[in-house]
Amino acid sequence: MTVVLEVADVRGGYGGADILNGTDLKLDEGEIVVIIGPNGAGKSTLMKAVFGLATIRSGSVSFFGRTITGMRADQVAKLGMSYVPQERNVFASLTVNENLEMGAYLRDDDFGPQIERIYELFPPLKERRRQQAGTLSGGERQMLAMGRALMLDPKLLLLDEPTAALSPRYAAETFERIREINALGITILMVEQNARQALEHADRGVVLVMGANRFEAPGPELLANREVAEMYLGG
Amino acid sequence: MTDLLQLLVFGIVFGSILTLGAIGVSLIFGILRFAHFAHGDMMTVGAYFALIFVAQIGWPIYMALPAAMIGAALLAILIDQSVYRRLRRTAPVILLISSFGMALLLRAAVQLIWGTDNQVYQPGINVPYVVFDIRIKPDHLVIVGASVILVFAFHLFLKMTRMGKAMRAMSDNVDLARVSGIDSERVVIWTWVIGGALAAAAGVLLALDTRLNPQLGWNVLLPVFAATIVGGIGRVYGAIAGGMFIGIATELSTAVILPAYKPAVAFTLMVLVLILRPRGLVRGMN
Ligand SMILES: Nc1ncnc2c1ncn2[C@@H]1O[C@H](COP(=O)(O)OP(=O)(O)OP(=O)(O)O)[C@@H](O)[C@H]1O
Ligand SMILES: [Mg+2]
Repeated sequence: MTVVLEVADVRGGYGGADILNGTDLKLDEGEIVVIIGPNGAGKSTLMKAVFGLATIRSGSVSFFGRTITGMRADQVAKLGMSYVPQERNVFASLTVNENLEMGAYLRDDDFGPQIERIYELFPPLKERRRQQAGTLSGGERQMLAMGRALMLDPKLLLLDEPTAALSPRYAAETFERIREINALGITILMVEQNARQALEHADRGVVLVMGANRFEAPGPELLANREVAEMYLGG
Repeated sequence: MTDLLQLLVFGIVFGSILTLGAIGVSLIFGILRFAHFAHGDMMTVGAYFALIFVAQIGWPIYMALPAAMIGAALLAILIDQSVYRRLRRTAPVILLISSFGMALLLRAAVQLIWGTDNQVYQPGINVPYVVFDIRIKPDHLVIVGASVILVFAFHLFLKMTRMGKAMRAMSDNVDLARVSGIDSERVVIWTWVIGGALAAAAGVLLALDTRLNPQLGWNVLLPVFAATIVGGIGRVYGAIAGGMFIGIATELSTAVILPAYKPAVAFTLMVLVLILRPRGLVRGMN
């Protein structure tokens, strides 16, 4: 199995006290891995650290065996990793189409067909292509954020709470889309609050508490674990 | 009525100049998050660059203008790379103060090189056209025409080119721009190219309307900042509206108060906007 991402004993945060206290993580090619954990556990910080947006004080991150610890975000993107942040994940003042163009910023070839493919994956975006992203509904915004991240045909996609603030119907639909994206051969790491639902769709789950892994197991196993269920899945 | 229309003409001329300065200040703020206090003196330097081409080489103003814009763009990159870039990781207030120092430095350099006397590009009287009792100087047409062309070109750059869109993206959301693979250092350099070039254009056009002296740009820094803030700082399309608004309002104000109070008018409008509409008069344009 090819290891796509490996996070080894990472400590760091935003310059002050460490938020991550020795986090480990390993993703095999083609997997869907879900990170769950209480608010403020450092789930988003972990993603930012991987993408060069938070400071790594010690430990290492590698992508397909290549060390990327502390690399600039735009260079990480160049290597084939995409990231959808939890908040402010679209360019609100740009149109839907321009957001997708920015996702393809690093591409020198004709990315027109890729934009069409994104519109096929998320049909509501097509009707709104000339509209400012700031005017989209929460669900549409999330679609656009994912669409933007897919423009580079990444090998690994990081999704930070893709279903937060979505209605249950939309959330279910989003998980379906994520499965479809994964079926294209894209490895997926996501943080989720809808833990039960997410774990059903995942190969593996990781529980992160205070910046360190507490549990790690295949999705169903984690769902069946009493301690995890009581503490992190709401009983 | 004729008087008011006459003042309106002056206001449009002044507004066209302010707009070019305000776009740069707003763009620099949007990308680098600091108020560039040396912008007025960048205008002055640009105006003197044009003087070199007009006086030494004998070029007409329409050729000296683009040459001065290129010169100022290069100077802006130089200043950024040698001074501002090193301070970018510190607090924005340090950049702001250092740009204040840069303003003094540029002004002193202009005084050393070109002296403190008033100068003009071309001696002679600019005979005005008279239309319905309103007097419009040929230079006024040049100023407004050049400004309209430059603003339109800038608009096309922002909307049609990859770098223009990247600039809007970065001004909207820096982290997301980086995540998308946008090289922020390149965007910063282009920001200075545009900010510097438009500042030079504003300086040349202002010198055409008045005359060259080392205080040229410094004297209009307040209305330029007022225009930027009225338009919503960081929003370049707002800067266009802000520039015209401040330009016209200050000129019209001379119908009722002494012209010496013009800067106070700009300042008052700026403070009023900050109190009543802190995010600018124009909504949702970026
Ligand atoms: N930009 C920042 N600067 C400083 N501290 C931050 C920053 N962002 C987050 N933090 C702090 O880091 C800690 C972890 O935050 P993080 O966003 O990683 O948590 P999370 O697990 O994603 O939580 P949530 O479930 O609420 O999204 C929190 O205490 C938070 O206050
Ligand atoms: Mg989070």
